[in-house]
Amino acid sequence: MDQRRHRTGGSVHAITRREFVRKGLGGLILLTAGGVLSSRAVAKAPLVREKAILIDTARCIGCKSCVAACKEAHGLPPEETGDLSPTTLTNVFFRPIAEPKPHLVLGEGRLQERSYKYQCMHCLDPACASACPVAALRKTPQGPVIYDASRCIGCRYCMMACPFRVPRFEWAKALPSITKCDFCAGRLAAGKKPACVEACPAEALKFGDREELLREARERIKGDPARYFNYIYGEHEVGGTSMLYLADVPFQELGFPNLPKEPLPALTWKSLSKIPGLVVLLGAFLSFVQWLSQRRVEVERIEVAVERRKAA
Amino acid sequence: MKLTPGKAILLALILLGATVTGVRFARGLGAVTHLSDRFPWGLWVGFDVLVGVALAAGGFTMAAAVYVFNLKRFEPLLRPAILTAFLGYILVILALLVDLGRPYRIWHPMIMWNPRSVMFEVAWCVMLYTTVLALEFSPAVFERLRMERPRKIIRAVTVPLVIAGVILSTLHQSSLGALFLIVPEKLHPLWYTPLLPILFFVSALAVAPAMVILEALVSARAYRRQPEGELLGELASVIPVILGIYLLLKLYALGTGGSITWVFAGTVESMMYWLELLLGVVLPAFLLAIPDVRRSVRGLLWSSSLVVLGVVLNRLNVAIIGMWAAAGTRYLPSWMEVAITAGIVALGIFLYTVAVEHLPIFPEQRLRLVQQER
Repeated sequence: MDQRRHRTGGSVHAITRREFVRKGLGGLILLTAGGVLSSRAVAKAPLVREKAILIDTARCIGCKSCVAACKEAHGLPPEETGDLSPTTLTNVFFRPIAEPKPHLVLGEGRLQERSYKYQCMHCLDPACASACPVAALRKTPQGPVIYDASRCIGCRYCMMACPFRVPRFEWAKALPSITKCDFCAGRLAAGKKPACVEACPAEALKFGDREELLREARERIKGDPARYFNYIYGEHEVGGTSMLYLADVPFQELGFPNLPKEPLPALTWKSLSKIPGLVVLLGAFLSFVQWLSQRRVEVERIEVAVERRKAA
Repeated sequence: MKLTPGKAILLALILLGATVTGVRFARGLGAVTHLSDRFPWGLWVGFDVLVGVALAAGGFTMAAAVYVFNLKRFEPLLRPAILTAFLGYILVILALLVDLGRPYRIWHPMIMWNPRSVMFEVAWCVMLYTTVLALEFSPAVFERLRMERPRKIIRAVTVPLVIAGVILSTLHQSSLGALFLIVPEKLHPLWYTPLLPILFFVSALAVAPAMVILEALVSARAYRRQPEGELLGELASVIPVILGIYLLLKLYALGTGGSITWVFAGTVESMMYWLELLLGVVLPAFLLAIPDVRRSVRGLLWSSSLVVLGVVLNRLNVAIIGMWAAAGTRYLPSWMEVAITAGIVALGIFLYTVAVEHLPIFPEQRLRLVQQER
């Protein structure tokens, strides 16, 4: 099994299902697992073009129009919060850079720092969705990783699992939920662009099919190799994400985490997929040992009885 | 029931914990904890859940020894072990109810399934195993109430029940380690290893007899009964073997994980790693390998306490200390988090004393009950 080659969430699900069925021998968990995963795989079967956003941080002027538009589209208060928060699902961060470099749009006006938009990365095989015990988080075939607050029990395992540290928790509420960018799933379903993309005045955000955006990103790098850092962040990180980043400085300088290429759910799956086999094996082993030890006790008892009779 | 000074302290702690729990539910997790978006799991997951489940391992191991391996001589230790395990799991569930953002939805995993989630598996195993423990413990209640029929029914299904319990325990003891497999970027390399599930399981196996011994000695002192000395010594003799295997696995993980340099880094993490391994694994393994130590009450008491300490340190290292560096914040619990944890532990001890004083738990109590019947 090589999950690395399969970059869409759909094929990862299909693979794990196949493996599950192959390895599975029985048990309630197994049966339902097969059922749930296969129904999900079927739902993904029709060819849906996976949507993505190309975020060109070289073009970002840091105006935060995207932040304001996001807040408006989600009915959130316009007040600034320093970080991502339950009321700020996307934010723009500023970072000093190592070497002074003229900005693509602002030129000499911005030499020392860069800004970038940050939000949920909408992983192709999201760790949060695999971690959630009640499937409150789910990757849709269109691209968005969406959250169903009515299922959430508030265990916060999604926050632990997310390699980008994106999900936020409503710590101040008695009845809290998880909050994060939903890739404007509602707007997408209505055939509209995400609110942030529509608002960006600098064309730093572009919405489209993931494959096409990857092609465009490569072209932008090729068109100005002196400016662009030759890397598309999100193409391969943790199996790929729906948010794709370009930058004119190394991504490390922007503080982007250096992540493995393998989807993280594969790490827990290696352990979980052994369960059906383990249950059967352990059940058989323990039953056998019990039978054996019981027999030995009985044989001993008979032997003692025979001895006693002999003595009498 | 007499109100002894000990019980008064327990009740005070329970009352304090309950009060803080009230604040937690009225004003949210942020008002009482030091948890944050950068540090979403703290003391309650690290101690109450991870340590709680590990320390309850005496239940399934003793049940396996008596009913699967037919080592009937350990039967006197079984019922106290089952009681501790049962109370342990009730406390774990209580802690979860405090920790979960929406505790009234704790039953959701029953109908909302995600078989790819380790947490989903843990939820199911804890639910099922708590049920198994309730059934395994029920004969104590039936005997007390002289309910012959249900007692006979339970006795008839004891062996399959015990086997189911062992399987469920194996699964979720290891799964608690597997929870952390998904955070290779966040958990310090000293503790992150693909072996985490196996390490959690083996350390649970090691702490199981240690807890049974500790509990037998403490309750013997509290209730002025003769501790099962020889039996405890025999039980203790398996601990160095399991700890030895555990140590080898830990060293293997260290060697293959490329984290060997971290051991000598002189950081807080490396110190905690040494503390966990030397004080909690190497020292008790060494002590319990000495026959004289196993024969003395004090030797057993101290060395099994060290094994328990080792597991407590390990779970807290994985859940808290090992997460510090990547989180960029050094979470320590608030006094209110500690108060709730203390209240929950106190409740466990209180319920144990209530059970021991009113139900046939120790062999002599069962004998007395049988004699009364005649």
